[in-house]
Amino acid sequence: MANWFKRTSDNLEGSKKRELPEGLWVNCKSCEAVLYAKKLERNYYICPECGHHMRLSSESYITLLTDEGTWKPFEEGMKSQDPLDFRDSKKYTDRIAASMKKTGRNEAVQVGEANLDGHEIVLAVMDFSFLGGSVGSVVGEKISRAIDRAIQKKRSLIIISCSGGMRMQEGVISLMQMAKTSARLTRLAKEKLPFISVLTDPTTGGTTASYSMLGDLNLAEPEALIGFAGPRVIKQTIGQDLPEGFQRSEFLVDHGFIDQVVPRLELKQRIAEFLLLLTAKSPSFKSVSSSSEKEGGSTSED
Amino acid sequence: MNKFVFDFEKPIVELENKIQEMHELAADGKVDISTEIDQLEEKAEKLRDEVYSNLNRWQRVQIARHPRRPYTLDYIERITDSFQELHGDRLYRDDRAIVAGLATIDSVPLAIIGHQKGRGTKLNIFRNFGMPHPEGYRKALRVMKLAEKFGLPIVTLIDTPGAWPGLGAEERGQAEAIARNLFEMSTLRVPIISVVIGEGGSGGALALGVTDRIIMLEYSVYSVITPEGCASILYRDANLANKAAEALRITPTDLQELEIIDEIIDEPVGGAHHDWDFVASNVKKSIICKLEELKKIDIDELIEERIDKYGNIGFFDED
Repeated sequence: MANWFKRTSDNLEGSKKRELPEGLWVNCKSCEAVLYAKKLERNYYICPECGHHMRLSSESYITLLTDEGTWKPFEEGMKSQDPLDFRDSKKYTDRIAASMKKTGRNEAVQVGEANLDGHEIVLAVMDFSFLGGSVGSVVGEKISRAIDRAIQKKRSLIIISCSGGMRMQEGVISLMQMAKTSARLTRLAKEKLPFISVLTDPTTGGTTASYSMLGDLNLAEPEALIGFAGPRVIKQTIGQDLPEGFQRSEFLVDHGFIDQVVPRLELKQRIAEFLLLLTAKSPSFKSVSSSSEKEGGSTSED
Repeated sequence: MNKFVFDFEKPIVELENKIQEMHELAADGKVDISTEIDQLEEKAEKLRDEVYSNLNRWQRVQIARHPRRPYTLDYIERITDSFQELHGDRLYRDDRAIVAGLATIDSVPLAIIGHQKGRGTKLNIFRNFGMPHPEGYRKALRVMKLAEKFGLPIVTLIDTPGAWPGLGAEERGQAEAIARNLFEMSTLRVPIISVVIGEGGSGGALALGVTDRIIMLEYSVYSVITPEGCASILYRDANLANKAAEALRITPTDLQELEIIDEIIDEPVGGAHHDWDFVASNVKKSIICKLEELKKIDIDELIEERIDKYGNIGFFDED
C-alpha cells in the first residue's frame, strides 16, 4: 500500500531523466532566469543572463568545434557486451539498451576525424547522457583507437571529457581502461603529436585519473566539476562542508592542474591557436628536438 | 585468545577450542582420549576445507582486509636480504601510506614499492589506512624513475582500499598523480611486477599496478570500486555489499578468467594471516621466477607488450 508513494526503480525511466531540457522554457540552475529553450540551444546551452555553462550533447560539441562538413566519425557501431553478466536493480544490458534508446547513440563517446579551423584533428567527445559518461570497454577502446588514428594520420588529438568515472557494471575491466588509455597515450607522445584535453562538467573518478589529466594542455570550461573523488564522498570522509568553489575549474587552475579556463564559445578559436603553436615546427628548432629524442636516456645502438 | 574471528569461521574456532580443551584434559595423563582428539581434528580439517573452499566473494573481501593479514613491510622483512627505505616525493612530503625503497632479493638488487596499512588504531592513522595522497604516488614514481635510471627491476605490492578522498588530496591533484603514474609506468625501461597482497582498491591500486606481470594472492581482491561503494550507488544501500561483491567479480579466479592477471599465489587454508612465512616464501619464489622470465625479453619489446597487454583488455561488439 505504501508502495504507491515509493519510487520503485523500475518505473522511472527515459523521459523524466532527460539531460536536455524539453518544453519551451528552461530555468537556469545558476541564476534561475527563465530562458527560451530554442534560444538556449542556439547559444550552446550557455545561460545568456549569467553565462552558466549547462551540459551539452556530444553532437553539439561536434557542431561547435569542427568545420562544417568535415566530421567523419569512426567506430560508430561499436557496442558494449556484458562480460560480468551484471545486474543491480536492473540488468546492465537493459541499462545499455535504455541509454541507446534515449540518446540514439551506441555509447558514451563519439570519435572521428575532423578539421578544426583548418587543422586536421582526431576528436573524441564524451556524452554524459549515456550512463553518466561512464567508461567501460567501448569507451576505452574508442579512445584508444582515436589515439591510434591520430598517430596513423599524424593528426592532433582533442578529447572533450564529460564523465562520472569508470563504469561499475564492467567491474575491473573498466578499471583497466584507465591503464589502457594512459598507456596508449605514450605512443602519441612519442610521435610528438599534440593532445589537448578539454574537461567539462563533470569530469571525475577514473576518467580524470587517466586520459583527461594527461593532455599536453589541459583546458576546462568555466565552473566545471573536476576531481578524483566525488564531493559527496569527500564530505562524508571529512565530515564537514566543502569550501566554496572546491573542485571547480578555477580551483584546479589555482592549484596548478589546468592550463586555462576557456568559455565554451571561445574553445574552437583557442584550440586552433594552440594547435598553430604546437604544430608550427619551425625547421631550425625541429632538428634540436629530434636529436634529444632518445627515450629514458639510454644509449643507442647505432 | 584474542583472535579475530569472522562469523563464517565461528564453527571452526569452536571446534578448535574444544580440541584445545581436550588436549589440556589429556595432558595430565589420567584419561586416554587420543582417539577422540584425532577424530575431532579430522572433523576440524574437513570443516576448514568445506568453509574455506566455499567462501563467497564478500567473505573473501573480509579475509583480504583481515587485521592480522601481512602487509607490505611484513613481506619486505621476509623476502628481502636487506632493505633501505626512501622517503618523500621531493615536492611536498613523505606519504606514510606508501613504502618505497631499494632492496635485494636473493642478491638481486631491485626497487620495492607498496601500499602500507597500519595495525591498530594508532598505526592505521599514521599510515592513513593505506590510502595514499598524491605525494604517495609521486614518491612511488620518483623511486621507479630512480630504479629505471640505474637499471633495477621494480616490484610493487598492492594493498589499499583506494586513494584518499580528502580536501588536501584533491588540492594536490590526486587524479593527476594517478594518471601520471599510469602513463609513466607504461614505458619504464625496466621489468616491473605487481603483486596484489590484499585489497586492490580501484585507481588507488592501479597507480602502482601498470606492470609486465600481475600476480594476486589467493585471498586478495581487485576491484573498480569497493563493494560497499558500489552497493551504496547502485543499490542505494551499503549493506548490500555482499551482493555487490558477487556482481563485481573481484577474486583472483575471476581476474584470471578475464585474462587480466598472470598468476595466483597460494595462501594457507583460511588466509595469509595463519602463516606469514609460508605466504612470504611463496611470494618470493614467484617474484624471482617472474624476474627471470622478464630478464630474457628485450626491453623495447617488453614495453610494447606492456602497452598492448592493457590495450587488449575489453569486451565489445563491432559491426
